Amino acid sequence: MMNYLSIKNNQTVLLSEIPELVYNEFLSLNTGFLEGTPARHCVNYFGYQNKNGLKLICCIADDSLHEIFISSSLAKTSDKLDSFSAINLNFEKFEREIHENFGLGYTNHPWLKPVRFSQNRADLSKTIANYPFFAIDSDELHEVAVGPIHAGVIEPGHFRFICNGEQILHLEIQLGFQHRGIERQFLEKKKLSQLTTLAESITGDTVVGHTTAFSQVWESLCGIKVDRDIEYARTLALEMERMAIHTGDLSAVCTDIAYQLGSSVFGRLRTPLINFMQEWGGNRLSKGLIRPGWNKFPFTPELAKRLADVLNIFEPDFDEMNEQLFQLPSALSRFERTGVVSHEDVLSIGTVGMAARMSGLNRDIRTSHPYCLYRELEHEPIIKHHGDVYSRVQIRRKEVKQSMEQVRKLLSNVPDFRTGTLKSGNPKPNAFTLSLVEGWRGEICHCAITGEKGELALYKIKDPSFHNWLALALAVRNNEISDFPICNKSFNLSYSGHDL
Amino acid sequence: MFDNIKILYHQGKQFIPDTANAKVPGIFRGRPVISTEKVNEKELLELCPVDAISVNPVSIDLGKCTFCGECAMRFPKKIKFTTDYKISTNERERLIVKEGDDRAIEVNPETVREEIHRVFGRSLKLRQISAGGDNSCEWELGAANNVQFDMSRFGIEFVASPRHADGIVITGPITENMAIPVQICYDAVPEPKIIVLAGTDAISGGIHADSPAVDRSFLDKYHIDLYIPGNPTHPLTIINGLVDLTRKRKK
Repeated sequence: MMNYLSIKNNQTVLLSEIPELVYNEFLSLNTGFLEGTPARHCVNYFGYQNKNGLKLICCIADDSLHEIFISSSLAKTSDKLDSFSAINLNFEKFEREIHENFGLGYTNHPWLKPVRFSQNRADLSKTIANYPFFAIDSDELHEVAVGPIHAGVIEPGHFRFICNGEQILHLEIQLGFQHRGIERQFLEKKKLSQLTTLAESITGDTVVGHTTAFSQVWESLCGIKVDRDIEYARTLALEMERMAIHTGDLSAVCTDIAYQLGSSVFGRLRTPLINFMQEWGGNRLSKGLIRPGWNKFPFTPELAKRLADVLNIFEPDFDEMNEQLFQLPSALSRFERTGVVSHEDVLSIGTVGMAARMSGLNRDIRTSHPYCLYRELEHEPIIKHHGDVYSRVQIRRKEVKQSMEQVRKLLSNVPDFRTGTLKSGNPKPNAFTLSLVEGWRGEICHCAITGEKGELALYKIKDPSFHNWLALALAVRNNEISDFPICNKSFNLSYSGHDL
Repeated sequence: MFDNIKILYHQGKQFIPDTANAKVPGIFRGRPVISTEKVNEKELLELCPVDAISVNPVSIDLGKCTFCGECAMRFPKKIKFTTDYKISTNERERLIVKEGDDRAIEVNPETVREEIHRVFGRSLKLRQISAGGDNSCEWELGAANNVQFDMSRFGIEFVASPRHADGIVITGPITENMAIPVQICYDAVPEPKIIVLAGTDAISGGIHADSPAVDRSFLDKYHIDLYIPGNPTHPLTIINGLVDLTRKRKK
């Protein structure tokens, strides 16, 4: 018998089909999967209490086989176990989360610190006000503390720098301020409309990404096969979301190098894209657009014509601004060789999405585990190799152009839609489902487990930022502290998506 | 140099000259209008994910509404969302739209604190606190000051320190983990100061209202000067709300 179960993206299986291994075998299986195989990475690893103890489930995606390997083990919260992280840092944060939520101990975890101070954590004596920061006892070095509330209009998080003069030696990022208890609310709320609203609020800059992942989980659990028009709308909306945010982030990067023209032009270019989303679904950030089993706002031929016009006006202005930005010595000198994360580092910490592709690591769910219409779009990921701000900015520029091409391809063939057809069903009992979606930041993973009556017994959300925050901390090492803002904006990671 | 001028020329005129009367594109869901038509009230109540709808009389609380529009899609003769984005007010109860009531939602200058008009009538500097906000209202607060909406033309801007601010703008339901930072930030703002709540999550907690990870006790202690509803709030809702709060004169 196989000691793991191999599934496809968005496949529902019975919980009983997932093999349960003794912990040591579970450890060597999953760390063994990753050894020397960059095409494999951990998409989720979590624990939950069942009647027998603390069930651990690990999900490893294999990008070349297009499959996800699921295995499990049973532990007690009082256990002290050998950690996966001592062998492979891909698991580092997942184990910290299990430790924080359930108190499960590890003998050799390298960095067993709090993740987000979740409301249902095991040890309530640990509070966000007394996070155990790494410190160096030295007369020459100084610390800089920033946040949780930042100077601009952004989400909260605390950054603690250890600096030698102007140079950053170490950055530790403390998160959790945004924790709203979303995973727990998924179990407490019963109406589908409430669950969808929760999915939309995971992070408001990736509404389409997270709501698509939730919808796919729900449809798979209920055995709903959605029509092409729904998959079409989701694919289109995902690419529009990517274009809008990348354009906005190009503006933010320009702001941080004090390049006023780029800041204003990219800032205003984002508007026609999100205003189009308002024309389509009534909301600039696409809230209310994506619904499980329901094409709520059908994409009509009139909208297709309108979008084609929007893009035709957008493109020359976008290109012109980029040509100017990318030949400007004062901009390039701030981008190039700033905030480098090496290929070895992104591989060892397991970054995803843009934060992997910037440094030669090919991770893109659209190609590796296709969903919606990505199989027929034959998406080719854009890969850069220097891992610096310049690579990340180039990826933004090229992905906007690539998404535009994909959108145009989609616009040439608008499917018929059926208004008002709402497909519904009940989730299968004692089942497990996993959904992967490539949001604009990278891989989003939602997992659900149902109980005896088909009720949600567990809902696990993983935003790409869960992996990628560590990449930012590594990127700024040995850089000047004045380059922190531009490093930060070039990643633009999510606080709310991480804190949940 | 000439390239830059060319780029500037190609942008054309971007700013919205009249932010109080501009039209928003498409099917934007702003202030709802509820007719007196009879509908299945049980079904209507069941539709709403956040219990924003009440009956006897049928009403929608825009402080709770997520503007998903599903009630209006199911009962189009009963509920219609208009494109009226001017829905900010200083009175919490004005956010409750009742059936048969087609009045505009406005700031009532009679109940605005007396010093606001006098002190902040020409310049208002605000400190933004995201306290569990999902980054959608934060994006829109930022957009309110881009070259199109250009809120700073009214002397209204976000600043980088509470010491420079005349008040705070809260987004998000206020998480337990942000409760103390919110208080510290508010305390650091010099008097007189205002509190603005932007977005459904901030006004009522939204979908997170009953989450145990949320701590809204800060709001019980102080007078709220302005409610800016929306999910997220539209930049024009933000601008009109802040301008009316600080400039609209008593009759």
